[in-house]
Amino acid sequence: MRLIKDLAEWFDQRLQLGKPLKETMQHPVPRSTASWAYVFGSASLTVMALQFVTGICLAFVYVPSAGQAWASLQVLNQQQSLGWFVRALHGWGSNFMVALVLVHMVQVFSFGAYKYPRELTWIVGVFLLLMTLGMAFTGQVLRFDQDAYWGLGIGASVIGRTPLIGAPLVHAMLGGPIIAGETLSRFFSMHVFIFPAMLIAFVGVHLLMVLKLGINEWPMPGRIVKRSTYLKEYHELTQKDGVPFVPDAFRKDLVFSGVIILALVVCSALFGPFGPKGPPDPTVVQTVPRPDFFFLWLYAALALLPPQMETFLLLVGPVLAIGFLIALPLISGTGEKHWRRRPIAILSLLVIIVSLAALTQLSTYAPWSPDMDAWSSTPVPPKLLQGRSALERTGAVVLQAKQCRNCHALGGEGGQRGPALDSVATRMTGDQLVRQVLQGGGNMPAYGKNLSPAETTALVAFLKTLHPSNEAPARDSSLVGVVAAPQTRPEAASP
Amino acid sequence: MPETIRKPEGVPEPSTPPKKVPRRQMLITLGIALNAVAGVLFAIPLAGYIFGPSKRKEIRKELSWITLGSLAQFPEGETRLATYRNPFVRPWDGDTANIPCWVRRISANKLQVFAINCTHLGCPVRWFPQSGLFMCPCHGGVYYADGARASGPPPRGLFQYDYKIEGGELWIKAGEVPTLATPPSQACADTLRRGACA
Repeated sequence: MRLIKDLAEWFDQRLQLGKPLKETMQHPVPRSTASWAYVFGSASLTVMALQFVTGICLAFVYVPSAGQAWASLQVLNQQQSLGWFVRALHGWGSNFMVALVLVHMVQVFSFGAYKYPRELTWIVGVFLLLMTLGMAFTGQVLRFDQDAYWGLGIGASVIGRTPLIGAPLVHAMLGGPIIAGETLSRFFSMHVFIFPAMLIAFVGVHLLMVLKLGINEWPMPGRIVKRSTYLKEYHELTQKDGVPFVPDAFRKDLVFSGVIILALVVCSALFGPFGPKGPPDPTVVQTVPRPDFFFLWLYAALALLPPQMETFLLLVGPVLAIGFLIALPLISGTGEKHWRRRPIAILSLLVIIVSLAALTQLSTYAPWSPDMDAWSSTPVPPKLLQGRSALERTGAVVLQAKQCRNCHALGGEGGQRGPALDSVATRMTGDQLVRQVLQGGGNMPAYGKNLSPAETTALVAFLKTLHPSNEAPARDSSLVGVVAAPQTRPEAASP
Repeated sequence: MPETIRKPEGVPEPSTPPKKVPRRQMLITLGIALNAVAGVLFAIPLAGYIFGPSKRKEIRKELSWITLGSLAQFPEGETRLATYRNPFVRPWDGDTANIPCWVRRISANKLQVFAINCTHLGCPVRWFPQSGLFMCPCHGGVYYADGARASGPPPRGLFQYDYKIEGGELWIKAGEVPTLATPPSQACADTLRRGACA
């Protein structure tokens, strides 16, 4: 014991860090900040530190070469002892970090913590968010599989929409004319050197400002932030009703970080590493590329944006969004902090959260994408074929063979790109069906060139049977008086 | 002047003669200027190194005629997947330098060679001969057999490569990833929307 104390003193005489460190740790913070709502920033920092450790460990084995990266991931998963677990820790750590950074940001926004004098802390925080997302995206590229390959293709296509300098930007991003060796090396360099260095620098500044400016006090309705009085009020608050950061506020940070690390270990052990999926061989075109969880909303947005506005929104949208986040504390740097007195801010936040959640949820079943295998793997429900004529059954075969099911569901199965066909006969008459099939329209391709007259007749005959038995099929009212023919399909004839 | 030169550095001045200040100031100015020049000389080659791959003209030179093999593998009236090794390769590129494309042989000497990449955001389109459509697995783009946009978000028809037939083999001009900014063939660059380029 004595030896340790002597050693500590020996070092402290030379380093002289003991006293300032103790003062920093014990600096008074408002009692209200020793709360469970204030633990997300420190937890993000903890996970970031773990990411550095697991990332360095992965770099012991990973080969950043387009030809061998995928094989080295297989070695990590299958052969290197506990390689799968380190990969799992790093992959889950990535998800945890993005999630914690987002929750931290939501908390800071709801508590008005970006207001005077903490504007710059928020702005640096916005850059930290961008760095975190940058790490998540470049990390996904380093898991060099099919998804990574086609994800890079999507990135290049987005950048290629830039007017005038699109081509040089694409080549700068890819490090050459195609997605290949130099592309992976570029993203490797970004993921392990550039972004981490910037993260460390920005985190340093972010923490320094938290120390210098103090932790944002729990907001109270009616306690208005004014530039002239805030600093004095905050100082009084920490003096009159302050507690030392360590241990009073720190103990909750400590417990929460422990919980997060445990959760990370449990998730990694239970669910294992992410991918890699198939090898990055572009000649394998039987692939359905999907981004990682935190970019799914973007994938949905790219499918649902109106095509005419897409290029504009893709190029200008991010600039506007980031610009707004940076400008936010400069626009509303004073005034009320409490959420009850900031209805527009809180409603906007809710709209953003609900939108992102809805887009993410949509992209889990991607109704905008054709179901590429439905035509050969999802049969027509037998119920729809019972009691049908030979012509109508032939129509069902045409429906399957011409890949209609890739976009149209029957009995709840098949693509969702177009409307389900279970009751199509109640919406369209035979003539309308013929026109729609042959000419397309309303986002449906025209099949005129690919259907013989006989096939069309059979297909439409089948489609005309698709209506609930208690609901009459659509009919052409202009013809009713002339033809006066009864709807001849006797539903009751079904066995 | 010689006196001031002999004066050793770091010796405190008894008084502050205004004559000496410009000289020290000058050294600072000189130092800043030197470092600025050195910095620029340092940075220019670095920028050239980093953005070297963006030099459009040099990449255009890399675009070259590549054979897709004997024309006999592409029966008339059918559309088949062909692959080629990109002409611009590094030894460590692995499979990523193997690029696929769709070859549609219309008649004996009339063909269309489509890039695999959807014109929306570059995902690989798949050919369905039964319905005569190319479908994209990402955001629902669909194209007709002649490459014209059929439905979905793509802003134009499929990208096409220039081709020629020589010695019974099919050659295409290729070498860079097709995007809206880098269409492989200028001939079809303006076939927006439904326009086909056959």
